[in-house]
Amino acid sequence: MFKFIAKRLLLMVPLFFGITAMTFAVTQLAPGDPTDQATQLNPKISQEAKVRLRELYGLDRPILERYTRWAWSAARLDFGRSFRDGEPVLAKIASRIPVTLAINLSGLILTVLLAVWIGVIGASRQGTWADQLLTFIVFVAFAMPTFVLALAAMAFFGLKLHWFPISGVTSLDHELMNGWDRFLDVARHLTLPVLVSVLAHFSGLARYMRSGMIEVFRQDYIKTAWSKGLSARAVLFRHALRNALLPLITILGLSVPGVLGGSVILETVFSIPGMGKLMMDAVMARDLPVYMALLTLGAFLTLIGNLLADLAYRWADPRIRNS
Amino acid sequence: MKREKPMSVQRIITALAFGWVVVCAGAAVLAPVVCGYDPAAIDIGNILQPPSAAHWLGTDQLGRDVLARLVYGARVSLIVGFVSVGISVTLGVLVGLAAGYFGGWTDRALSGAIDLMLCFPTFFLILAVVAAVDKPGIWPILVILGLTGWMGTARLVRAEVMSLREREYVMAARVIGASELRVLFRHILPNALSPVWVSATLGVAGAILTESGLSFLGIGVQPPSPSWGNMLGDGRLTIGAAWWMAFFPGTAILFTVLAYNYLGESLKNRMEDRR
Repeated sequence: MFKFIAKRLLLMVPLFFGITAMTFAVTQLAPGDPTDQATQLNPKISQEAKVRLRELYGLDRPILERYTRWAWSAARLDFGRSFRDGEPVLAKIASRIPVTLAINLSGLILTVLLAVWIGVIGASRQGTWADQLLTFIVFVAFAMPTFVLALAAMAFFGLKLHWFPISGVTSLDHELMNGWDRFLDVARHLTLPVLVSVLAHFSGLARYMRSGMIEVFRQDYIKTAWSKGLSARAVLFRHALRNALLPLITILGLSVPGVLGGSVILETVFSIPGMGKLMMDAVMARDLPVYMALLTLGAFLTLIGNLLADLAYRWADPRIRNS
Repeated sequence: MKREKPMSVQRIITALAFGWVVVCAGAAVLAPVVCGYDPAAIDIGNILQPPSAAHWLGTDQLGRDVLARLVYGARVSLIVGFVSVGISVTLGVLVGLAAGYFGGWTDRALSGAIDLMLCFPTFFLILAVVAAVDKPGIWPILVILGLTGWMGTARLVRAEVMSLREREYVMAARVIGASELRVLFRHILPNALSPVWVSATLGVAGAILTESGLSFLGIGVQPPSPSWGNMLGDGRLTIGAAWWMAFFPGTAILFTVLAYNYLGESLKNRMEDRR
């Protein structure tokens, strides 16, 4: 077991270098300069000052040297400061994590519950009108782009019914509220983003659950369970569902980067100052340190998520553990 | 276990999906002919008009005809969908062929490359590239979508080729002295292609989705060129006042993705039935 983990961790190192190096190279394709924002729009700035600014950020160095430097500090968890406002990158990221985490974690929990429910209903009543209706809904939802969904939700629940606010995280008078009202205020603001994120993501998982359950229903141990006279509930939940949930582990592992990374589109539409919005803003402003850090974090979480999923799978499924 | 649906329903849906695909393709090709309006013609006297006899789908914030823009936008979506999938399928097939057929170190290196690419937060990479390009237009998007979308196809082809290369007819081809390349492209490739069609069809839907997402964010196809994504982006700003600006492009995107997904799925089911 220890050997397995060590091997996987070791393999991650070259993969990690590959990813960051490639990303770094891509960022260098940019014809513009990160200092453009500060210099281009300012007619008073002298050529000399431009050069000094570039030197300050190390932009005058050859790319290999810059990458090595970046990688060396990144290895010590120093991602530098934002080109835009000089704030340390890590502090910037840390301030964006809570809201993204709140949306995506609650979204993920609801997504899994909804998908499992749809999968179980669909599989246990295979072919009935309920199953067909759910299959249809899932198919349409699968094709539904997040931004279309987000706009529809905004227009209907926000602008027509006035049930929920459509942008931001807090109301204008948030500061004047007491603790509980503040919580409710944030919750009301986050309802639509969470709803949209659930609707945008449950379909893939639901299809997976349904076919997984159908597969499990065909197994001999389910026949055994039925024939020894267990109730439908016991067969469904204790014998079938448990086994059908196994692949879910992999999917949860794959969703690790998404939970922290945030959705660029969702956060932009609802003007939520989370990780996705940070990424979008950093890219638009060519804020290299910020988006290199975000990409690195994304890659790291992807690798860790895969590893965790494999470990959890081995833990949950003795057949793999012992093979 | 295959769910038995009444055949007629399935046929109707397939016909609808196919019909939509054809209509979009027709609109894209014949855009200048079928449009009564210039998609870029600004008409300040007629801004934000609801659908009417003159403007079937209304006008936008600059008085441009939504239907005309939708028709021209179909061009963008289809070009993006087909060209980027063309790139990614070609790449995926070549990588998959090489990895599956030669095995050994070639396979290990190429599989490593596949894993590396799969670890990439692709959408972020696309964002970074598109933002890096001077004039974000349709071409950088095409290329980057093509270059980041080949891994699935490569895996499929690799697995297929690995089983095909042990078949007797391949052996026979080799015995009668066919060259390596001839065996690969003439005997193995055609038989490895069937799963590729499915992933290509689904890939078109995916590419159209990504392009419209980028344009929606304002970093894809740039105005004044119309694309379904940037029309929706404009519609977002006026959503309280002019529902038609967001509704029609949104529906067009949804229908197109639905249609390609459905066609891809039924293709898959057919192939599974045949096995």
